[in-house]
Amino acid sequence: MAHIGSSVQGQHSVSRVREALLARYRGLEHGFDAAFGSALNPLRHLGALGFLLFWLLAVSGIYLYAVLDTSASGAYASIDQMSREQWYLGGWLRSVHRYAADAFVLVTLAHLLREWLFGHCHGFRRFSWLTGVPLLVFVLISAVGGFWLNWDQLGQFSATATAELLDALPLFATPLTRNFLSNAAVSDRLFSLFVFVHIGVPLLLVFGLWFHIQRISRAAVFPPRALTLGTLAALVALALARPVLSQAPADLAVVPQLLAFDWLLLFMHPLMYATSAGTVWLLLAGSLGLLFVLPFLPRSVAPVPMAVVDPVNCNGCRRCFDDCPFAAVTMVPHPIRSTRQMAQVDADLCASCGICVGACPSSTPFRSARDLVTGIDMPSRPIGALRRQLQERLALHRGSNRIVVFGCDRGARVDAVAAPDVVALSLMCTGMLPPSFVEYALRDGAAAVLVSGCRAGGCEFRLGQRWAQARLAGAREPHLRAAVPREAVATAWADAGDEGALHGALNELRSRLRGAAAQALPARGTAHG
Amino acid sequence: MAESKPPLTGPSDPSGSTSSTSSTSSTSPTSSTSPASPTGPTAWIGQALLYGLFALVIGLFSSWPPYRHLAADQALIKLSFSHTGKPVSDCAAQSPEQLAKLPPNMRAPVRCPRERSPIRVEFDVDGKAALRHSAQPSGLSKDGASSVYHRVQVAAGAHRIAVRLTDDVRSAGFNHVREATVTLRPAQILVIDFDTSTQEITLK
Repeated sequence: MAHIGSSVQGQHSVSRVREALLARYRGLEHGFDAAFGSALNPLRHLGALGFLLFWLLAVSGIYLYAVLDTSASGAYASIDQMSREQWYLGGWLRSVHRYAADAFVLVTLAHLLREWLFGHCHGFRRFSWLTGVPLLVFVLISAVGGFWLNWDQLGQFSATATAELLDALPLFATPLTRNFLSNAAVSDRLFSLFVFVHIGVPLLLVFGLWFHIQRISRAAVFPPRALTLGTLAALVALALARPVLSQAPADLAVVPQLLAFDWLLLFMHPLMYATSAGTVWLLLAGSLGLLFVLPFLPRSVAPVPMAVVDPVNCNGCRRCFDDCPFAAVTMVPHPIRSTRQMAQVDADLCASCGICVGACPSSTPFRSARDLVTGIDMPSRPIGALRRQLQERLALHRGSNRIVVFGCDRGARVDAVAAPDVVALSLMCTGMLPPSFVEYALRDGAAAVLVSGCRAGGCEFRLGQRWAQARLAGAREPHLRAAVPREAVATAWADAGDEGALHGALNELRSRLRGAAAQALPARGTAHG
Repeated sequence: MAESKPPLTGPSDPSGSTSSTSSTSSTSPTSSTSPASPTGPTAWIGQALLYGLFALVIGLFSSWPPYRHLAADQALIKLSFSHTGKPVSDCAAQSPEQLAKLPPNMRAPVRCPRERSPIRVEFDVDGKAALRHSAQPSGLSKDGASSVYHRVQVAAGAHRIAVRLTDDVRSAGFNHVREATVTLRPAQILVIDFDTSTQEITLK
C-alpha cells in the first residue's frame, strides 16, 4: 500500500511540474503571438516545421550526394572542392543542409517537449507518441552519419567516437574501432556503409513519419507559407553569412585537435569522453524508456465517452468525416437507408472533442423535436442538453442586453466572465458548436453572441477553432446563415489563462450594444415626434 | 466498405475544406479578439529578431565552442587486437570403443575441442600497469576471436611500453611479449596490434 501511495504521490509531483512548465511555455507562446500572430506562431507548428526541414534536407542532400565521391580517398576532396569552387551553389547548399539538420534536431526536440507539456501522449494520441519516439533515434543516427561522409577531422572524430560507443555493447565479434586504427583500414567498402547509414536511415525516417501521422487527418506536412518563407530565409541567410567548410582532412595517425564542433548534433561524443560509453547508453536507454512508458502511466483525468452515431438522424452527409481531426470517422453503408452512407466512429481514434457534433446538420436547434437528437453526439454532453440549457438560462435572465457566451473547456474559462447579463456555456471544444446555435440564441432573446475558443493554431483538438471560425465566417459547412446580423456576433480566441482577453471582448460587445441602443433612441424619438 | 480519411493538405488553404461551400457567404463576425496576424513595424521587427535569434543559436552552437578532445601536449596509445586463441585442450585420439558409439559419419579418429583460449593481456606504460585484461573468445561455442580495445592517454615524449600476451590456457606465462621505448609527438596515435600472420605484437 505504501508503495502505491508513493507511486501516486510521484505522479502528482510530475503532474505539478508539468503544469508549472506548461504555464511558462504558454507564456512563451503568447510572447511569440505578439510578433507572429497566433495562427503563424512557429511554436504552434513545430511538427510541420520539422517536416519542412526534412524536405529541405532531402532536396539539398540529393545534390550533395550527386557531387560526393563515395570513396575513402575522394570524399574529402570532392566536398571541399565543391564548397570552395562552387560556393554559390554546392557550398551554399551544403551549408543549408548542415544548418537544416541542426534546426531539425532543435525543432524535433521542441515538438516533443510541447506535446508532453500539453499531455499529448495519452489515450487517442498514444499511437502518435509511440510512433514518434523511435524517430528520435533515426534523426540522431542520420545527423551523426552525415559528418562521416565528409571525411575531415570532425568526421574522423565522430566516426571513431561512434565506433567506441557501439563497441561498448556486445554486438560485434570484431570491434568496429578496428576500422579506424589506420588510414589504410578505412576502405571504400566502409564508405559504402557510411552512405547507407546517411541515406538508408532517413528513408526509414520517411516511413516512420508516415506512420507517425497516420491517425491525424489533414496532417500539416508543410507549415503556413509565411512561416515557410521566414524559416527558409533565416537558414539561407545563415548559410550565406557563415558558410560551412571542411576542417583538415582526416588522418588516423593523429588525434584531431581543436575542432569547430557541432554541439547540437554531436553532443553525445564529448559526453561519452567526459563520462563513459556505459553512461551514455544508460542515459539514452533511460530517456527512450521513459518516453515509451509515459503514455502508460495512470492519469487522474477520467476518460470521456466517445462520439456515438444515431442511424435514424445520420443522413450520410460526410461532414463529420471531413471535419474529424483524428480520422476517427469513416463512412459505411447505412443500415436503414440503402442508398446512403452512415458515419462510424472508431473508438481507438476518437478524441471525444465533439467537433463532429458541430459539423452535423442534424444538430440544428431549430428542429421541432422536443428532445433534440442529432446524427452524431457526445453521450456525456449531448447537443440536446446544450439547447435545453440555453433555453433555460436565457429564460432566467431578464433584460434587453443579454449576451450568450459559447466557450471551450480547453480555452479561456467562460465562468470567469459570469455576470447578470451573461449566459455562459462551455463546450468540449468550440468546434462542437453548430453555428445555428448562434442564430437560435439571438432569436431566443440574446442581444449578442460571443464565441470563444483557443487561440488560432492552438486548439487542443487541432482543428476545432479553425472549423468554428470558418463556419461562422460562412466559409465551411454548416455555416452561419447570411441573414444573421454580424454586428451581433463576436469571437474571442483566447487560451486558458487568457480570461482577461475574453473579458475585454465581452466589454467591447457590451459597449457596442450600448452604442447601438443610444443610436436607436433618438431615431425612435424622431419617428414618434 | 469503409472509406479512408481525407487526404493530407497543407494549412495554406484558410478553410482547409474539402466539403462544399458554394452556398455560403463569407461574412465574418464583426468583432474578433485574438492576436491573429499582427502587422506594423513592431511585429516585423519582432519577427526579424526571433528569426535572427533562431539563426544565431544554430549558427553559434553548430561550431562553437571549439572542442579539444586531447590536450595539446598529449598523445594517445591504442591497444587493439582481434585474435583467435589456441584450443583450450589438446586433440584426443578416440578409442575404437568410443568410435563405435558414434554414427559412422562422425567417426573421426582424433577429436579436437572447438573452444578457444581467452587472451590474457598485460600492458604497462613506464612501468605502470595500464591494462590487465582477459578477453573471452566470441561466439556461442566460444570458438571465435578474442578482441581487445583500450586507449591510454599519455604525455607526448618518450615512454617505455611493455605488452605481454598469452593465447593458450595450457601454458603458464606469456607467449608473446614486446617491449619498446617510443617517442610520441603531441596528438600522435600509437597503435599496438597483433599481427596474426607473423604472430608478433606490432607498434605502428
